[in-house]
Amino acid sequence: MRLEPIPDPSLARKLLPPALAILGSFLVASLLALIAGGNPLAVFGAIVKGAVGSKFALLETLNRATPLIFTGLAVAVAFRAKLWNIGAEAQLYAGAVVTAVLGTGLLPWPPALLLPVLALVAMLAGALLLLGPALLKTRLGVDEVVTTLLLNYIFLLFVSYLLEGPLKDPMGMGWPKSARLLAEARLPRIVDGLRLHWGFALALISAVALWVINTRTTLGFEMRAVGQNAEAARFAGMPVTRIMLKTALLSGGLAALAGFSEVSGLKGSLTLDLSPGYGYTGIVVAMLALLHPLGVVAAALFVAAIFVGADAMSRALGVPSYIADIMLASALLMMVLAILLTKFRVVRD
Amino acid sequence: MSQKAQAQTVLRLSNITKRFGALTANDDVSFDLKRGEVIALLGENGAGKTTLMNIIFGQYTADTGAVEVFGQELPPGNPHAALDAGVGMVHQHFTLAGNLTVWENIVLGSQRLRSLRLDSKAAKAKIAGLAKRFHLVVDPEAKVGRLTVGERQRVEILKALYREARILILDEPTAVLTPQESDALFATLREAVGQGLSVVFISHKLHEVMAIADRTLVLRHGKLVAERAIGDTSREELAALMVGGKVSPPKIDAMPAGPALMRLTGVSTKGEGRAPGLQTVNLTLHAGQITGLAGVSGNGQKALSDLISGLVQPSAGGFEIAGAEVADWSPRRALSRGIGRIPEDRHHTGTIADFDLTENAVLETYAKDFARHGWMNWADAKARAESLIATYDVRCPGPDTRIRLLSGGNMQKLILGRVLETAPRIILANQPVRGLDIGAVNYVHGRLAEAREKGAAVLLISEDLDEIMTLSDVIHVISEGRLSPGFVRGTMRAEDLGQWMAGAGFAEAAHAS
Repeated sequence: MRLEPIPDPSLARKLLPPALAILGSFLVASLLALIAGGNPLAVFGAIVKGAVGSKFALLETLNRATPLIFTGLAVAVAFRAKLWNIGAEAQLYAGAVVTAVLGTGLLPWPPALLLPVLALVAMLAGALLLLGPALLKTRLGVDEVVTTLLLNYIFLLFVSYLLEGPLKDPMGMGWPKSARLLAEARLPRIVDGLRLHWGFALALISAVALWVINTRTTLGFEMRAVGQNAEAARFAGMPVTRIMLKTALLSGGLAALAGFSEVSGLKGSLTLDLSPGYGYTGIVVAMLALLHPLGVVAAALFVAAIFVGADAMSRALGVPSYIADIMLASALLMMVLAILLTKFRVVRD
Repeated sequence: MSQKAQAQTVLRLSNITKRFGALTANDDVSFDLKRGEVIALLGENGAGKTTLMNIIFGQYTADTGAVEVFGQELPPGNPHAALDAGVGMVHQHFTLAGNLTVWENIVLGSQRLRSLRLDSKAAKAKIAGLAKRFHLVVDPEAKVGRLTVGERQRVEILKALYREARILILDEPTAVLTPQESDALFATLREAVGQGLSVVFISHKLHEVMAIADRTLVLRHGKLVAERAIGDTSREELAALMVGGKVSPPKIDAMPAGPALMRLTGVSTKGEGRAPGLQTVNLTLHAGQITGLAGVSGNGQKALSDLISGLVQPSAGGFEIAGAEVADWSPRRALSRGIGRIPEDRHHTGTIADFDLTENAVLETYAKDFARHGWMNWADAKARAESLIATYDVRCPGPDTRIRLLSGGNMQKLILGRVLETAPRIILANQPVRGLDIGAVNYVHGRLAEAREKGAAVLLISEDLDEIMTLSDVIHVISEGRLSPGFVRGTMRAEDLGQWMAGAGFAEAAHAS
């Protein structure tokens, strides 16, 4: 057996990898569920029920998907231009810090003015945080994988300092958390009485906007060209460095919106456990989506459903919820393998 | 050749057919190769030459048909079978590890995985013996990454010989070689044939086929359309067989030179790695003239091409376009000053492989002509691609096709169209016909000649002296980053230019001044 390249894969073949990856991850999870003493069908049933089985569950899944859509988009836009941004986690916190600083009384404005300003300044903070590594890459050739990854740890320690120091809530009984946001700085719920905030709508709008940018604007054309072949882009007269920097700003800004949306929409204050690794999970989301903005929405919903469903399943059946992490990890690994199948076919001799 | 008719058949292809989807790459092809014989496989790009060789070598499996080597049928689809049977292939694109030495590359793959120690002494002795026997001069201790293209090819041939190949398949071996290197290769091949090896030589350069082959097989659209003994045919006949009709190169009629459109005065540029930069180069490009740049590969052609393309800045000297000094030079400025550029590497520099024809068609002009306030106008872009496809005879399924699926010739026609459609005043054509078939070569040359008649200044960079001498009004020779004076058409013989290419004239010019 060997692999033969496929010159022009069909659409069906292109959609095959995500399907195979998800199926494969279910198989791996089944095996583990058996080992843990559960019936795989019961486990999956409980996961599905826990994720979408009730109005509460569904809303919880949508809430959980919201930050993942933002970080997934951030990673997708950067990776498409071959800018390897592993720092969505830090950029998320940059947006969260700005929201906590400006939303707790510094700007006494009405929501209609305050919320857009918070979102924009949060984006700016995330954008600037990625601009540094991007400049180091374009000017000095420093590997952005290393700089963005390490910046995550530095920035998290910085947030820790803020929460123990200047941003510490005096009424917080010694907990490392910021003061609560003003009511004017909170993203309202989309429908009264339903626990789903406007951050989710903003995430959907961002995905559509990024899709439009990619396909309809010169910037999208340039970002794709630089990602595919920077040498040809430069020869054709594209300002490659400037495009790289614009990509970085866009990516960092999108990741920061996750932080804004979590603090303003969901939590109401900044804590160190704001993100259980949404920045890193965003990489999985983007890869599962094959870097397509609308695919990111689907992938984020899938990932969020697994997490939310696994929690509920664990409570009901006693099978550890770590099974969710393993499902995602195996889905990602199988995705990488399955992508091969879009480019090659297996030939049996 | 009569004694060869009775010679042993070493390779026999019977009724080989290979389809890729709707495309029939090889259609019922059969031939024999005798011991000590050179056959040339001739055909346009996409005629199925490389596919056929890949089937012999087990890279592809034929749909029908069989390959026999020394009377034994090869199991299909197994590269080791062909290697073990004594078939060696030298690919168009080399398969060497740049960070290993020559001898390591040669023994790589013929060494057993389990043997921990290499008998390097014996291996080197065997390589030295082969190198001497076949006149393949190369330093066995040199790192392959530092070798020239010609040297790398010698390593590839040595690798095949080291594995006791009795049949050598060479896929377009001269496409990357200078004329001198090609001559050396031919000498090696003659030596090999004299010692009983057999050679399949894939090419579309007719003079080479006439020079080296005993017999030639012509492939067209996957079919074997003709078989000729070299003594019984002519270049003209072979050309006609290849393309299936009469072909004629463009006529360059004398016409007066127009005003100077680009002037380099004492320009120098920084070199890049081992590639030399320009050294106080004086060059003037006139309207209505094709200026040819001859030279051995790697002597500063890239530096000059990069300078005119906008990729590098001059480090010293004066650079004027249409009388105005150039400052803050970039590819976009080069485009806006009316320079059309046909790059040397159409696969990696000229196009983006996974972009479709529409996207590639507007790669240089999207911002100016196909966008407003940052929004792309894809309808117009697609219309432009369609008009280029029609005007420049780009054979493709349509503007939505990814350009990587096009043959080299059709890719080049799209680039040519993209350049000419902007009516450039200056055209840089760097190796515009390298690797193209005769039909496409004549097409590209014809279009360049047309642009010249319309008053464009064309700089033609080529390593093919015939091409330069056929098309150019003025010829410069480049050697180690230095430029010879311009020689007007018809005043120089190829041998004289060869002297300059070898660097001789520069020494005299320096001595005289």
